[in-house]
Amino acid sequence: MIHQYKLNGYNIVLDVYSASVHVTDDLAYDAIKLIDEGKSFEEAKKELAKMHQDATEEDLDDTFSDIQELTDSGKLFTKDIYEKAAGYLKKQTTVVKALCLLVAHTCNLNCSYCFASQGKFKGDEGLMTFETAKRAIDFLVENSGNRRNLEVDFFGGEPLVNFDVCKKTVEYARSIEKQHNKNFRFTLTTNGVNVTDEVIEWANKECYNVVLSLDGRKEVNDRFRVNRAGQGSYDRIVPNFQKFVEARGDKNYYMRGTFSHFNTDFTKDIFHMADDLGFTELSMEPVVTEPSSPSALTEEDLPVLYEQYEILAKDMLRREKDGKPITFYHYMIDLEHGPCVYKRVSGCGSGTEYMAVTAWGDLYPCHQFVNDPEYKLGNVFDGVDRHDLVDTFKECNVYSRPECKECWARMYCAGGCSANALHATGDIKGVYEYGCKLFRKRMECALMMKVAEAEMAQEQENEA
Amino acid sequence: KHIITLNTRDMKRSEEKGGCGECQTSGIANQQCENKNA
Repeated sequence: MIHQYKLNGYNIVLDVYSASVHVTDDLAYDAIKLIDEGKSFEEAKKELAKMHQDATEEDLDDTFSDIQELTDSGKLFTKDIYEKAAGYLKKQTTVVKALCLLVAHTCNLNCSYCFASQGKFKGDEGLMTFETAKRAIDFLVENSGNRRNLEVDFFGGEPLVNFDVCKKTVEYARSIEKQHNKNFRFTLTTNGVNVTDEVIEWANKECYNVVLSLDGRKEVNDRFRVNRAGQGSYDRIVPNFQKFVEARGDKNYYMRGTFSHFNTDFTKDIFHMADDLGFTELSMEPVVTEPSSPSALTEEDLPVLYEQYEILAKDMLRREKDGKPITFYHYMIDLEHGPCVYKRVSGCGSGTEYMAVTAWGDLYPCHQFVNDPEYKLGNVFDGVDRHDLVDTFKECNVYSRPECKECWARMYCAGGCSANALHATGDIKGVYEYGCKLFRKRMECALMMKVAEAEMAQEQENEA
Repeated sequence: KHIITLNTRDMKRSEEKGGCGECQTSGIANQQCENKNA
């Protein structure tokens, strides 16, 4: 399977199963299209000669020679040979390698679009005790097999409402990691309200990454991200985040915003965070909410969003040329050192190698399933008791979704998010089609950027 | 040359040597592989 498209002056051909990315001239682009439509080389050559009357016989021969060479070397028109990888994953013994600790089922903000119902997850408010957190760490170690790298996210609600437990949990994990030959990576996701000097110092010492929630421009952020008195959070959190990021040095962080129907011009929010606030690691995500919600993205929004993603990609290339690059997380693909086939097929690992732990120690497939009784997997004290559910999640991959069969992006998204699929279709093996459309557009932009960067590198090499 | 091919990971090799599970949980596309042998 291949995918061809034109963007920013480039003719791009992605060979789906070899993950090869080709840049072509117009002649080769049309030749590949004709062959993909099922024409023989001979038929395609005749048709191509009519389409490109200025092309010489030598041009035509060279073009088909290039195509033949790439096909023979397994970089063009490759077949899908990876379905067995999905079977291999199903047979594997499941190990848990990441936990999302919901240390606070409460929040000091009251964002109306929050999937976690302002941290309560449609249930009771509550804070995780250190005993529960400690048991969660032990559960992770006991169930991680020979995996060395283990991840723990401090999440909520707002985790810094329960900062003391975060600190003690890290201290405990560090005290046992050597004896178990483990390497814990901690991350913190925060709304910024309680970011103090002590938090900054702790996070910069202990957290591999921090995710800082900000929606961009003040009027955009303060539309949804308000405190319980209804006041916007921007003026309070921005100085906290700026101080945090400055102190973080070269350690990982990213600003994580949400855009909705009210700010489909979301690149303005990204550029505001970059140009006015000084943040360089950025992410803006489409809101996922009930279609009846006024903030829900609509079909009419799609062309606008597509254009926004293109504006962003082109602007990022300009910034790169100017020596002041910014990062957008969905454009960070690594063609040479990206994920293996197994990862591409299996996806995020929710419900199998990744689980969320509630303040009371209950286990769910991920933070978006919390308090849905159908999806409770067990608890950290007694372990997993819904092995049938774990098996169901193990089967959630790109080959279990018929809708993905003809999708060119299938080896980049692994079948999408099970939680979004459940909320959109009622089935974790369904497909959230709106999300797919945005994902494909982002992938086209990300691949185009790789092509442009390769061209830039070549130009610099030629100049040298 | 009518077609330029960017350097990309060898998917077949990743099938033979990959699947160690040491990479971070996650988009899948921007994952970094942590297995130098694959």
